Amino acid sequence: MVVSKEEILHIAKLADLNIQENEIDEYAKNLQDILNFVDVLNNVDTDNVEETMGVISNSNVFRKDEIKEFGNRDILLQNAPEQEEGMFKIPKVI
Amino acid sequence: MSREDYEIVIGLEVHSELSTKTKIFCSCPTEFGGEPNTHCCPVCMAMPGTLPVLNEKVVEYAIKAGLATNCEIASISKNDRKNYFYPDLPKAYQISQYDMPLCEHGYVEIEVGGEKKKIGLTRIHIEEDAGKLNHDDYGRGSLVDLNRAGVPLIEIVSEPDLRSSEEVDLYLKKLKSILEYIEVSDCKMQEGSLRADVNVSVRKKGQKEFGTRTEMKNMNSFKSIVRAIDYEAERQIEVLEDGGKIDQETLRWDDVSGKTFPMRDKEDAQDYRYFPDPDLVAIKISEEMKENIRKSLPEMPESRKERYINEYKLPEYDSNILISSKYFSDLFEGATKVCNNAKAVSNWIMTDITKELNEKELEPSDIPFTADELGNLVILIDKGTISSSIAKKVLDEMFKEPRDPQKIIEEKGWVQISDEGAIKEIVLKIIEANPQSVADFKAGKDKAVGFLVGQAMKETKGKANPQMLNKMFLEELNK
Ligand SMILES: [Zn+2]
Repeated sequence: MVVSKEEILHIAKLADLNIQENEIDEYAKNLQDILNFVDVLNNVDTDNVEETMGVISNSNVFRKDEIKEFGNRDILLQNAPEQEEGMFKIPKVI
Repeated sequence: MSREDYEIVIGLEVHSELSTKTKIFCSCPTEFGGEPNTHCCPVCMAMPGTLPVLNEKVVEYAIKAGLATNCEIASISKNDRKNYFYPDLPKAYQISQYDMPLCEHGYVEIEVGGEKKKIGLTRIHIEEDAGKLNHDDYGRGSLVDLNRAGVPLIEIVSEPDLRSSEEVDLYLKKLKSILEYIEVSDCKMQEGSLRADVNVSVRKKGQKEFGTRTEMKNMNSFKSIVRAIDYEAERQIEVLEDGGKIDQETLRWDDVSGKTFPMRDKEDAQDYRYFPDPDLVAIKISEEMKENIRKSLPEMPESRKERYINEYKLPEYDSNILISSKYFSDLFEGATKVCNNAKAVSNWIMTDITKELNEKELEPSDIPFTADELGNLVILIDKGTISSSIAKKVLDEMFKEPRDPQKIIEEKGWVQISDEGAIKEIVLKIIEANPQSVADFKAGKDKAVGFLVGQAMKETKGKANPQMLNKMFLEELNK
């Protein structure tokens, strides 16, 4: 698979990244390298290996449905650039 | 070509908030309301380094919903990240399920024009709700409240089997009632705990392929959904009839103007880049777990209906109304147990209680009094302690300030006068005060008795026993 310029721009848009025209080739090359590496992995013989769903082989790690209140709004909001009435204040969204 | 040559195809994605005590991935309360950002913690606020841990009740409730809607339950399932940017989503991804949902291939049965129809369910999956954006007083910025962020939802996706807004209405009501019966969601529409994304397309009758569909997101009133579907289908047919084509887009329904409007820029096709959430592990559901949940399912509406018809001898029509809501059904059964008069309880629910709910725009779940209290009200009428017109006033009181009906009538002095001596006294007084009516009666106008009884009821503020009044007037006048 070859990473196209359009692909880079699309991914940048999805990731909300601002990239410059002169950076596109560089990113395309980097992503291409990663994809090439994944291709190597894709070719590993896994015929006798059990399927997994993630790097952790655990399953069913659950929490009981019991309330524990955090109870400190000030701490939660302390890094907000701006706040009002106990809420994060952000640029206007329609 | 006309309207009749087209077929409407509707698919729904219904989101229902689960009634667990805590959020899906942290221990914050899910309770509605509360001061902004007080039902929050570092996890649901997406602070760096925090990790989600799945609430076991969420899995249980979703499986319950799946079993109650005839779904196959997965033996293995997982959570995936759905990536998008919006300020009400602090992680910039929603934890949802992509290719391995908990439940698949179910159906819900509705009755359209006397015919049963199965509406297929593609899947039911679990996910987290987003926060809420408020606007500040000066319109300069938006304020983010994350109390709802992380509240557990199930998303119920239907197959494109629905063919009219009427079918959609029936389907939604049925789904709501099922979720209420199995007690996994309280389905409070005004709190947004049940809402739907509605997909609408039209095609010429007989055409195999589906038409291009449009989507209306986040609708939380059945009435608006019905109106929106009718409008949108009509609009699409008009566009096609004029030789135009439908754009696949997201629309916003405006309830005031009764129209749909395009919502976001069309080039921004949705591309969520789903991938497995590496912070969460696989969910494995054993046969045993599934069976235990199946055993915990309560009696479903269809079975209750059978019982109402067979045990309580109620008409099918009445039974259908009673089972339409779990709250009606529970109220009916509880009150009947107390007073042993199923027909009377059923009538109260179907007439006066329904009327009161409609007038106040309340839902059955908002009924403030208990089944015992309704049962006691029926007992008071059956014993002749109060007349049915007084009973209506008592019911009013029970809506305003719920308490035992016996207490209400004592406080208000509404006990019916059934004492023979007292009734006689009233009858004589009214006869004396209305010589003209007495003369009318003697002249053969039987209706005059009705007038006299009315006067006596007025005199006693509705407290006299009307049957006794009637009887005694006739006795006295015929003397
Ligand atoms: Zn939390």
